Amino acid sequence: MKRKEYVWAYLFISAPILGFLLFAFIPLSYSVYVSFTEYSGYQPPVFNGTANYEKLATGDELFWKTLFNTFYAALGIPIGMAVALGIASALNQKIRGIRFFRTMFFLPTISSVIALTLLWKWIFNDSYGLLNHLLGMIGVQGPAWLSSERWAMPAMIIQGVWAGLGINMILYLAALQGVPRSFHESAEIDGAGRWQRFAKITIPCISPTTLYILITSIISALQDFPRFQIMTEGGPNYSTTTIVYYLFTNAFRYMSMGYASAMAWALGLLILLITLLNFWLSKRWVHYE
Amino acid sequence: MSNTASVNATANGGWRRKKQAGARVRKAAAYLFLTAGSLVMAIPFLWMLSTSLKEQGLEFEMPPKWIPETFEWSNYSFVLTEANLLQGFMNTMLVISLPCVVGLFTSALAANAFARMDFPGKNVLFTLLLATMMIPGVVTMIPTFILFKHVGWVDSWLPLIVPGMFGAAAGVFLLRQFFMTIPKELEEAAKVDGMNPFHIFVRIIVPLSKPALITQGMFGFLAGYNDFLGPLIYINSPEKFTLQLVLASFQGFYTSQWTYIMAGSVLALIPTVLLFFFAQKYFVEGITLTGMKG
Repeated sequence: MKRKEYVWAYLFISAPILGFLLFAFIPLSYSVYVSFTEYSGYQPPVFNGTANYEKLATGDELFWKTLFNTFYAALGIPIGMAVALGIASALNQKIRGIRFFRTMFFLPTISSVIALTLLWKWIFNDSYGLLNHLLGMIGVQGPAWLSSERWAMPAMIIQGVWAGLGINMILYLAALQGVPRSFHESAEIDGAGRWQRFAKITIPCISPTTLYILITSIISALQDFPRFQIMTEGGPNYSTTTIVYYLFTNAFRYMSMGYASAMAWALGLLILLITLLNFWLSKRWVHYE
Repeated sequence: MSNTASVNATANGGWRRKKQAGARVRKAAAYLFLTAGSLVMAIPFLWMLSTSLKEQGLEFEMPPKWIPETFEWSNYSFVLTEANLLQGFMNTMLVISLPCVVGLFTSALAANAFARMDFPGKNVLFTLLLATMMIPGVVTMIPTFILFKHVGWVDSWLPLIVPGMFGAAAGVFLLRQFFMTIPKELEEAAKVDGMNPFHIFVRIIVPLSKPALITQGMFGFLAGYNDFLGPLIYINSPEKFTLQLVLASFQGFYTSQWTYIMAGSVLALIPTVLLFFFAQKYFVEGITLTGMKG
């Protein structure tokens, strides 16, 4: 009887487990090997020891530049989180038309990244774009945005924050709704002001959500690239080439699959390290009930 | 005695009035903030729509007209037919239908086993599956490409279709969270009647889980519809381009012809925006379900 149920259960899970083996485990293991080879995708891979990793560490300035760019772009994360929390707090006061507001902020989340990126490329157009037109109306001469080495990345950050608000706002709203009212009431009786309560009650109560958003945002920010490809093609002068963009170019344009695999592993380990560090640091600021 | 009581009462009343006034100010500020924010969200979309309806060349008029004098609908017919957007849309639908339907089914079956059945190795296997959600896509991208190249699937839709049919770890996770909330007693009776686990799943669990299944189905649709990297890596022939690839290629074909590019972008947004309007509730619940109970 029991054993029969086991067979059913194994049948039920067989497809995702097989998928894991075929499309995660085997490729991952193979990728470790490829990262120690020179491999164009046409001839069989040729083992070349740690040459790829040495090149990464010492011989490739562009790699470090793209790594820096990626972290620069990630500055959008705290900005986006703060704005999302602000919106969620505003929505959390029995607001009428909450569905309308929620929809407005959520629209970019469900929209095609390519369409939004093309839209913003047009908005950032230095002579005919909407943004510089609006800036001109308040007497500000807007920069050349995407064609300026200095302003291209800030433009990408603005676009990223705008496009990513929706999901964080919904997560924060759900978390805020879960903060027990009694906590606020008793603090109010003790004479705590509004800001004090926000800092001492709300923030700690929603800290698990903050951690969740932080970790998932960092993981996806470190791999962000299609919007960079469409909007700036990594330029000007590599100022917006992110690490995954660089990796993609190496793998599929220059066909250096071995070197790109080494880069992928370096990035993968970096993501793992940052995630672990996040969890470790979170012990100091995340409060579970 | 009564005097002090009334003094207290007025003081108290004043405090309450002040508090109510404060609440009103705060609410007004919240509306103001939300309206301003909504404008920041909406204006780019309105600008997109406005540009898409302008006559070729008039998009460079300064100051820009928000409402064009004549609506140039031909921009839309041009991008749909001449610029192959419709073809791209059909290709996308062909590519994502199988992973959406079959993938949802396989994910749900596995989620059912992880949520409601006992078997040796359950926790290890579930953790393993969850771990795949943590593996950066970048790391598997290259070896998976090599794999598909070896079996001769490059420049076909198969690399975009086949992996999805095995189910997605995120889907298994979301559905498991939901299935755990269904009371165990429901299937005990069915077991006594001699129903096998597959029948129990189809007849009892599935009908009770429609909202979660719809949510996961929509997430799958959304991910497939908006996927760019997959088609970018695997598809070379223009006639096999998915919608997103066709749209991205506009940049090269219609350099600075923003009316066409915006018309294409508007069209690309319509399916998912419609979907969201009709099923907003499911999206919101799905996101909170996976985000909160991790």
